[in-house]
Amino acid sequence: MVYRGINDNYVCFNDEQVGYDMNIMLLLHLLIGFMIVGAIVTVEIKNMLSAVISVGAVGFILSMTFLFLGAPDIAITQVIVEVLSLILLIRATINVDNVAIEEKGESIFSNRTTLIFVGIILVFAWIAFQSLPIFGEPSMRVSRYYLLNAYGKVGASNIVASIILDFRAYDTFGELLVLFTSISGAFAILRRGKVDKHKDHLRIDLER
Amino acid sequence: MKKKNGSGMSSIVKVIARVMVGFMMLFAGYFILLGDEVPGGGFPAGVMLALAYILITLAYGREFVEKKLPGVTASKLTDVGVLIFLFMGILGLYFSGTFLDNFLKNKDWWFFSSGTIIINDVAVALTVGMSLYLIFLALAIFGRVVCEGTLCRDLGREPGEEK
Repeated sequence: MVYRGINDNYVCFNDEQVGYDMNIMLLLHLLIGFMIVGAIVTVEIKNMLSAVISVGAVGFILSMTFLFLGAPDIAITQVIVEVLSLILLIRATINVDNVAIEEKGESIFSNRTTLIFVGIILVFAWIAFQSLPIFGEPSMRVSRYYLLNAYGKVGASNIVASIILDFRAYDTFGELLVLFTSISGAFAILRRGKVDKHKDHLRIDLER
Repeated sequence: MKKKNGSGMSSIVKVIARVMVGFMMLFAGYFILLGDEVPGGGFPAGVMLALAYILITLAYGREFVEKKLPGVTASKLTDVGVLIFLFMGILGLYFSGTFLDNFLKNKDWWFFSSGTIIINDVAVALTVGMSLYLIFLALAIFGRVVCEGTLCRDLGREPGEEK
């Protein structure tokens, strides 16, 4: 069993099964509880700016969770993307009316349908989760090859970099193409008004 | 509505942004060049680059940042990032027979110890950073058009009203 410990800075390659420390598990449960509370506050609060701030708190706690699980790459990415999305969301909500629209009268039919569908999803999720490996004891079939050969065959001491840019470079290439296509589509859809071809195709004529 | 010191925020914010932007770009370069040795890599470096330009946009205004890095240049840099990645893939096909193969790996060249990973990091950082910067720029440009175009009559606002 290949296992990367939380407090260990190394990867051990023996067959000894090591579980997570109980203190770390308690901390993880606390952080996940905070995240659930933040998500509920985000949905239920009336002020939109407070909802955005609560989303940011959930994101930062998620990055702390990644850090405690021993994935600093994903923690860094999570923090930076969270800052970017917070800037965009605050820019989007700071000028509009800050109170969410309140619905008058509850539709009982929609509530019942929602409950029934959530129940069906929970039943099937319970069946599906039985076949997943236990938390902290992943089944290492493909990733064992990555962990054993990342330094020797590639020469990168950061295993994550060698995985995403060498073993699985197709995924990264697809990610780049997704970003490229999305920005092209955003500009094609959001463009409105007359285009001034002489100066700059992003600068558009506002008076038409 | 004209402010005292041009567009953008107050002069305190401008001075702090001017100091911070250099460090943010340095951090992005650290993520790219040591992406195979320490935690980091192309994606956080690109987002950091985009955040540096977004900080300039927020502090100095849209007109200033469009002189520094026009949207046309940013969209061309996005294409350059994708083309670098594709070019390295085709080079791998040429040298070792597999598309996107790491044909320079495990050499003892200073910090190029992992072959094409650093070059691909540069490509990823360029594409991600410039795309996110362009998305912010598009929101800053086109978000204003909705208020000032033909929709302003429906929204009940005067044309040209700052919002």
